[in-house]
Amino acid sequence: MAYSDKVIDHYENPRNVGTLDKEDPNVGTGLVGAPACGDVMRLQLRISDDGIIQDAKFKTFGCGSAIASSSLVTEWVKGKSVDDATRITNKDIAQELALPPVKIHCSVLAEDAIKAAVEDFKRKRAARAVPVVATAVAASPLP
Amino acid sequence: MLKLPIYMDNHATTPLDPRVLEAMMPYLREDFGNAASRNHVFGWKAEAAVEQARAQVAALIGASEKEIVFTSGATESDNLALKGVLEFYRDKGDHLITLKTEHKAILDSAKRLERMRQDRVEELRLLRLSELAQDDVMADNADALALKFNLDEDVVLRRWMARVHTGARVSYLDVRPDGLVDLEALRAAMTDRTVLVSIMLANNEVGVVQPMEAIGRLCREKGVLLHTDAVQGVGKVPFDVNRMNVDLASVTAHKIYGPKGVGALYIRRKPRVRLAPSIDGGGHERGMRSGTLNVAAIVGFGKAAELARLEMDAESQRLLALRERLRTRLTSELDMVTVNGTLEHRLPGNLNVSFACVEGEALMMAIKDVAVSSGSACTSASLEPSYVLRALGVEEDMAHSSIRFGIGRFNTEEEVDFVARLVIDKVKKLREMSPLYEMARDGVDLKSVQWAAH
Repeated sequence: MAYSDKVIDHYENPRNVGTLDKEDPNVGTGLVGAPACGDVMRLQLRISDDGIIQDAKFKTFGCGSAIASSSLVTEWVKGKSVDDATRITNKDIAQELALPPVKIHCSVLAEDAIKAAVEDFKRKRAARAVPVVATAVAASPLP
Repeated sequence: MLKLPIYMDNHATTPLDPRVLEAMMPYLREDFGNAASRNHVFGWKAEAAVEQARAQVAALIGASEKEIVFTSGATESDNLALKGVLEFYRDKGDHLITLKTEHKAILDSAKRLERMRQDRVEELRLLRLSELAQDDVMADNADALALKFNLDEDVVLRRWMARVHTGARVSYLDVRPDGLVDLEALRAAMTDRTVLVSIMLANNEVGVVQPMEAIGRLCREKGVLLHTDAVQGVGKVPFDVNRMNVDLASVTAHKIYGPKGVGALYIRRKPRVRLAPSIDGGGHERGMRSGTLNVAAIVGFGKAAELARLEMDAESQRLLALRERLRTRLTSELDMVTVNGTLEHRLPGNLNVSFACVEGEALMMAIKDVAVSSGSACTSASLEPSYVLRALGVEEDMAHSSIRFGIGRFNTEEEVDFVARLVIDKVKKLREMSPLYEMARDGVDLKSVQWAAH
């Protein structure tokens, strides 16, 4: 199967590979997928108290398209509010990377990873009883 | 000088040996005759060339030339053997035994035979129900009527079913974790209705070589015919149809440095094994396989078989040394590497390994100048990882992490060293970005994690 240039670029030069401290109250961790299915994505977001994503790191077990999808979303979410970040859909990712139909699940996983990381962050905030800051709800254009 | 890309996928196919090409060339040019033309020199030349090739192929497997039927390849040979034998011996029985690790050409032929039988059984049930109900019965109301007339206990239907001679019942045997057949399980699976056992000589994914001599002895003792898909093993490991009591064997040219599109089925003559042909027509190949012979390819097959016979011992030793060089490098520089299938009974050029926490397709992408294969689902359309590795009990994640190296005649030590270095570097790099490797290193038991399946 031929890969798109963007997949190859992200695969060969993955952005933001790494680990954030998952105990940090401002870090949300999303771990999605399963080893048995051949892909596991871990996306970590450092989110400021006013709900802006300051840093993003990933580690992915999966094919080239899965790695590229996770690399791409780390670039996209940085600087965004959590609400904007969770509006990124798998379609946006699949389109940007020109994923073939058999690789669409990689983009679904990347979308799920963002949502799971934000959820984790919100859970931590709730546990600390700090109200989640209402972030701007005005729809900003999708990436 | 190392030349890229490197081909190390010799179980998929092999390059044409230049000596084979040379032997073929006249038959693609001036000696183009039809081997079935009995009335002129063009035909005679072609026929002589085919007969020489037949003898060369026969010699490679210890057969006589009259026992060789040329086909379009091993898939056709497998289909012909299974369907042809089950059809011909339908009065004797209807049971076929094979392994879960067989090639799809065997498994899908077996599945079709099962479906043929099932269709016939369904047809008879409907017929019997129509008779009982004194009315036409359609498939959608058959279940209710079957209950009403207690069809499962119906004596007439039972008598009919005992006479179903279409298709087959199939037992798909598990293999041991090392990939080898369990001979006791094979013995236990045999019934007085068993007509044929089909067990491959060597597996195309893990290279495991089955104990064909013991299997042949058992089949002979039980009066059951033995077919083997010998495609991967022939020319690589010793194979002799008489010593191993093999009754039918599928072979192909393109796995032994011959051309694609030509294969053969060995069919024993003493004692004579018969089968119903699949392709009818001009009665070529003694009626077993009609169709004008692909003379140039057959000549190439013959030459390839001759070279394999003469060079196998030396070549196998060389390939084994290369394989072991690759294996020891990979396992000494990387942790969490497992070889899939037994090392002891294995094709010399085969290495199938799982690099834990690294997905196979991603690794193949990282070593794109090296042609290998993976059991990862990502490399197939099915989204299921290799059924062969699963049959060996390899966990799904490790099946996704598998790479098959197939070292062949034209690979060099320099290439093996290059590949080993590259794979080691890339596995390390991919593990750096694998959450699973980080978790495993931190002592997390990956099996205890609740994964969200998708």
